[in-house]
Amino acid sequence: MKFKDTDIQSLIGKVLRTGMIISMGIVFFGGILFLYRHGHSIPNYKVFKGIPPFLQNTGSLLHASFQLKGQAIIQLGIILLIATPILRVVFSTLGFVLEKDYLYVGISMVVLAIIFTSMLSGHAG
Amino acid sequence: MSVIIFTVIILIGSYFAGLLGSLTGLGGGVVIIPLLTLLLKVDIHYAIGASLVSVIATSSGSAAAYVKEGITNMRLGMFLEIATTAGAMCGAMLAVYIPTQYIAILFGVILLFSAILSLRKKAEQIITEKSYLAAKLKLNSSYPTAAGPVEYSVRNVGGGFVMMAFAGVISGLLGIGSGALKVIAMDTIMRIPFKVSTTTSNFMIGVTASASAVVYLQRGYISPGLVMPVVIGVLFGAFTGSKILVHTKSSGWLRWVFAIVVSFLAGQMIYNGITGNI
Repeated sequence: MKFKDTDIQSLIGKVLRTGMIISMGIVFFGGILFLYRHGHSIPNYKVFKGIPPFLQNTGSLLHASFQLKGQAIIQLGIILLIATPILRVVFSTLGFVLEKDYLYVGISMVVLAIIFTSMLSGHAG
Repeated sequence: MSVIIFTVIILIGSYFAGLLGSLTGLGGGVVIIPLLTLLLKVDIHYAIGASLVSVIATSSGSAAAYVKEGITNMRLGMFLEIATTAGAMCGAMLAVYIPTQYIAILFGVILLFSAILSLRKKAEQIITEKSYLAAKLKLNSSYPTAAGPVEYSVRNVGGGFVMMAFAGVISGLLGIGSGALKVIAMDTIMRIPFKVSTTTSNFMIGVTASASAVVYLQRGYISPGLVMPVVIGVLFGAFTGSKILVHTKSSGWLRWVFAIVVSFLAGQMIYNGITGNI
């Protein structure tokens, strides 16, 4: 059976929906923990300071999530949410490979390369 | 003000931003940033981060539904994403060097522009003359209607590509989806039918926003305690909006409400930018 555009489209629809449901579930769960612990403290977003270091580093972020720190769990959910459209590009690349549309395999890989460069350049500047 | 009250205010505000955004098709980001910065005095950097994440959530949510219907032109979206992601990356990098005042003024100008565009009449157009580049890139396609599939061609691929790069820069710089600019690129420059251009734009917004979000994530713009109520609120609002949209026929008055609200916010952003209160 030949792999068609409609097959890719239904696959991509599923990737987007699943990624969104899972990540929003994680954000929601983390949000409840965060409000339970910090609900009565004073929010401070008036001056930009960036986020606490334990949320910045992958290792400490995972560690804090396992300790059920609300903010860390929310952040994991957010990272998954950001990754969902990128995963979508990965899946469409695979779809174009199956369709043997090599022009679009190349185009999708250029898009992935740009996102990857963007990821690496985040700390610079 | 405690974190709980702050969170509830943002939840309610974001719900209405998502509702209004989905009813008018312009995305919630344009309302979220003024809400956070003007009303709650949140630093614009945090506001941009929160808005971008909400843009990704709504794009993924609605794109999932549109893609299944087969209206979205995936090849066109993928090809133009080269321009939008490259632009978004540059925009996110530029954001660090541009003083917040100028970002606020630019945001106001883009808001005004979006408000005017949302009032524009939309007529379905079908172009069938073939362009060499569009044929080479397999961009010409068809979309389903009640009367069977309609074939359409794409024009001025180069012009559309340049406009998309600009939309990407604005999206990365201001933390919005810049759906309005994407639609102009596809519908006015490339002459793509309105239904296809809006759904394809929606489909692309998530990827564009992700390209700049990965930069902002590492810079600490994306603060979990703030993003949480924004994302949840916007998503529920957008969901309600899509339900209402199915049941109403005319959205004419809604577009006017939206245009007036957005123009007012735009004026506030520009004023605060000029006086340096942001």
